[in-house]
Amino acid sequence: MKVLVGIKRVVDFNIRVRAKTDGSGADIASVKMSINPFDENAVEEAVRLKEAGVATEIVVVTTGAANAQDVLRHALALGADRAILVDTAEPLNSLATAKVLREIVKREAPQLILMGKQAIDDDAAEIGQMLAAFLNIGQGTFASSLKVNDGKITVVREIDGGQETVELNLPAVVTADLRLNEPRYLKLPNLMMAKKKPLETIALADLDVAATSKVTTINVAEPAARAPGKKLNNVQELIDVLRTHAKVV
Amino acid sequence: MSILIIAELVIAELVTEEKSIKAATRSAITAAKAIGAEIDVLVIGEDVNAVAQQATNIQGVTRVLVADNSVYAKPLAENFAPLVHSIAKNYSHIIVAATSFGKNLLPRVAALLDVDMVSEVTRIIDASTYVRPLYAGGLNATVQNNEIIKLLTIRPTAFDATQDANQAAPIATIAAVTDDKHLSRFVSEHIRHNERPQLSTARVVISGGRSLGSAEKFQEVLTPLANKLNAAIGATRAAVDAGFAPNDSQVGQTGTVVAPDIYIAIGVSGAAQHIAGIKDSRMIVAINHDPDAPIFQWADYGLVADLFETTAAITAAL
Repeated sequence: MKVLVGIKRVVDFNIRVRAKTDGSGADIASVKMSINPFDENAVEEAVRLKEAGVATEIVVVTTGAANAQDVLRHALALGADRAILVDTAEPLNSLATAKVLREIVKREAPQLILMGKQAIDDDAAEIGQMLAAFLNIGQGTFASSLKVNDGKITVVREIDGGQETVELNLPAVVTADLRLNEPRYLKLPNLMMAKKKPLETIALADLDVAATSKVTTINVAEPAARAPGKKLNNVQELIDVLRTHAKVV
Repeated sequence: MSILIIAELVIAELVTEEKSIKAATRSAITAAKAIGAEIDVLVIGEDVNAVAQQATNIQGVTRVLVADNSVYAKPLAENFAPLVHSIAKNYSHIIVAATSFGKNLLPRVAALLDVDMVSEVTRIIDASTYVRPLYAGGLNATVQNNEIIKLLTIRPTAFDATQDANQAAPIATIAAVTDDKHLSRFVSEHIRHNERPQLSTARVVISGGRSLGSAEKFQEVLTPLANKLNAAIGATRAAVDAGFAPNDSQVGQTGTVVAPDIYIAIGVSGAAQHIAGIKDSRMIVAINHDPDAPIFQWADYGLVADLFETTAAITAAL
């Protein structure tokens, strides 16, 4: 079974992102970038499927400029077999990204498509569901566990108030929650080996997908800061706060 | 201009299986009113006539559409999306709350309509301009949606729930449209039914961190106070990962986003992803033994003290 994993290069989760002074976007010019954490869970799950003899080949794909190769190499070092960069100078919205992935699925014909449930930059959580609709296949979003069995996949989904289990015909799209697994640490020899694995670049123009979107960002700003708080001296003051300000009793 | 709200149903108890309209759907109706247009509410499910009747009483609802069919017994996006798609062209906007239900469903509808959408809207500026958070709330983006049909998920904590009024909007039945390829099948679900208010809607939320030490201590320390304050109990990701509290009690960017009147953080350090899920609370109270814990930068009231002694003292005093 071939597995395709969609990944995204995002600002590292430890970085506090600021707005550009002109409000045109987030200021990410000189900050550390990493693979989106949820996408790393998706890659890890694919590697575990391969180690279990379920997956035979893992292809990772991302969209972006040449510098997005670093997250593809990261995924290759984790255990993916080959990588595809869909080269675009313009960042793509969810719908265009889902269309790019649809075109890659047509070329690669994977049985399972994995990706993170959302990217930690725009927090949109849209692409997996859109891709599943484009391909007219099932979707297992926010997955905390999965099991492949006889042309089907059973997915445990994290939903409000608990979990839901669904069974999907393959091929299917599954989006990873953090609880799906704990990604392994990268070892230096694996990083060296990853440099030798194939990485193909495809121009966005060759996929016949328009980069433009009718949803545009007109301003990005930092939220108003909270007023400074008050340090209390003892428990009695805290009880008074809860009694008076909070009016909870 | 006409707005379609996709209703989410909750089943109150396993025994009676009485269905009701989720509070988050009432928040979506409030967001629709900020746009200002006729509001239709779509109720999808099996045996949903009674719950559709409830929806007719919600203030400002123009019409209730009902798709009642056994295939809709469980909210599979593969079944629900084609139905929403079948009536979408009648609407300028389609809105659903950004719950796990809405987030699973609406992007699938968006692709069927070949439109981009806007997720987790926290403010409506006008019919096509909205504010939504980026970077876990670290930034706010103002976005313009020029699609012919505008699809939005709205963050329920950012909009009050619309209450019932003395009205009864007309009900119309619509034909079932489903996934005829049977792409997905519901197997089972585990929903925790408890007496406590839900995290996402509670007026008071008490959260514990890993410094509570164990699952037993977590319950022992937080439950009595939560009982007194009729509060929901939340947990940090570290506490959940350590097995002190169930997954669905996790508060933060990757768990539930809350905005209660009072948020009481007990032994919570204040990691960025946790802050992202609580910073819209009206008041934040923090108790932590570490004076340098980042939570104090966000707390309206902070007390540096032993969390066990302090919580016991508050519980006894209130």
